[in-house]
Amino acid sequence: MYKYYKKYVPYLFLLPAAVILILFFFIPFFETIVLSFFDYNSNIYNPTFVAVANYTALLKSPVFYKVLLNTFIYLIAAVPFLVIFPLIIAILINQRIRGITLYKILIYLPVIVSIVVAAIAFKWLYAQQGILNYFMALFHIDPIGWLTDPNVALYSVIVVTIWKGIGYYMMIYLSALMGVPQELYEACDVDGANPLTKHLTVTLPHLMPTIGLVTTISSISAMKVFVEIYVMTKGGPLDSSKTIVYYIYERAFENLDLGIASAASVILLVIVLVLSIINFVFFENKQYQL
Amino acid sequence: MRNFKSVSKGFFIHLTLIIVSILSIFPFLWLMSTAMKGSSENIFQYPPVFFPEHPTWENFKGVWNQIPFMLYFLNSMIVAGFTVILNLILSALAAYPLARMEFKGKKTIFYATLATIMIPFQAIMLPVYLIVLKLNMVDSVNSFMGYLGLILPFAVNAFGIFLMRQAFLAIPKEMEEAAFIDGCNVFQIWWKVLLPMVKPTLAVLAIFTFIGSWGEFLWPSIVLTKKALYTLPVGVNDLQGMFSANWRFIAAGSIIATIPIIVFFIAMQRYFISGENDGAVKG
Repeated sequence: MYKYYKKYVPYLFLLPAAVILILFFFIPFFETIVLSFFDYNSNIYNPTFVAVANYTALLKSPVFYKVLLNTFIYLIAAVPFLVIFPLIIAILINQRIRGITLYKILIYLPVIVSIVVAAIAFKWLYAQQGILNYFMALFHIDPIGWLTDPNVALYSVIVVTIWKGIGYYMMIYLSALMGVPQELYEACDVDGANPLTKHLTVTLPHLMPTIGLVTTISSISAMKVFVEIYVMTKGGPLDSSKTIVYYIYERAFENLDLGIASAASVILLVIVLVLSIINFVFFENKQYQL
Repeated sequence: MRNFKSVSKGFFIHLTLIIVSILSIFPFLWLMSTAMKGSSENIFQYPPVFFPEHPTWENFKGVWNQIPFMLYFLNSMIVAGFTVILNLILSALAAYPLARMEFKGKKTIFYATLATIMIPFQAIMLPVYLIVLKLNMVDSVNSFMGYLGLILPFAVNAFGIFLMRQAFLAIPKEMEEAAFIDGCNVFQIWWKVLLPMVKPTLAVLAIFTFIGSWGEFLWPSIVLTKKALYTLPVGVNDLQGMFSANWRFIAAGSIIATIPIIVFFIAMQRYFISGENDGAVKG
């Protein structure tokens, strides 16, 4: 095709976005790495180069281990629900039934509403004399300190993340379900297959790439969870619900421990990077086996 | 027999979906119920009462008089509005050469943009904050700079650029050639020929950027020092501190703050639930 633009034109179009991305993505990215090699603890205005001391300090810190473990539990507990529940709901909604739009709106509502409001709503459900403990009492279970018991708090927060994510992933599955060829279902009907085998043999293989996608994004967003924890528990009690982003926030903006915060940020960066790559490679393979 | 089977199947599906729907909105309903209970009603009573015996708006009035919701709403509108406009313009600008032009360094720029998707904001927020401080884009300088600090770090992202790029790729090249022959310059081709053709994608980008910006909490809570620039989520979180044990007010305030986004959602629902927005998937 005839080149209808001058040589410099493409760069002109790219420039505004490039300025933003460089200023607020690339420079901060490298600065995070640089900061992680400095100690700000002794004098915040005159940091000293300490090489990997921040990293060794982190690895020796029992709190950071706890934080990593919590983050890992978050991932392990939230992701399967966020992959499976929305898939089942999407398959149910995808049937030709009445009221689909209403169901979609209601199930999608938690996605739209601010996570701050959602966290407050759940805090109210979880109150010591709250409605959830009333239901527990119906089953003769003593009141549970949903957000005050160190053994429970993390899971109570995870529930909020799952609850808020279901509608979002359901919509991703729904748009993928539209792409499944109807003939395949009809062939199943001719063979007299029951609904379960139908979905196992037709729906599931077709949705493999989407399941991979949902696994990737839900894992990464589980790594990044913050607001639920900030609003509901502030990482407590006894650090029991503190995950890595909350830890970074606390170190950076409450303790002004910029070096340690940056070292923890680099660890978060690496985990997110590895997660993206693992999921991509793993599910990319699956995709080719179809 | 066949008929009975399909009826029971339909019943099962509806039952499940009704339960899921109720679970999805119950936390809000319970908040609403609490907000409508007057001071004469015990909000902790067992068994809990879902429908208030004497429903009242007094909590809404009370919290409205103490919290400048209109100010927070306006701040949220300003921040989300400009974030959307900037995202639309910058994404569409950057996407055009990436989709349509040949130039030196295209591959590098393409992959560098792609790489930013893998950088979580939470991992770089500290240096972003330091940069915003250095540029004086904080509300302690003045409100305008404060707004800049809230908006600019989110003025564009790789998702938007790639979404727009996909849209441009789908347009036949003949469109540009014809426009060029008709005497359009390259900017006119972008503005007058290409942009009108990608309006649906622009709408999707606008709506999802709006929702994201509207709900953003972490960044404003880091940069803001004055209540004058609080956005709704920051204002709502503040309710907890102001009315520590007054759950009627906290509930009423949360409901008030949620009304605008629900209205927006209902008005734009087809964009959210049509199931045709593959491109709008975000991490």
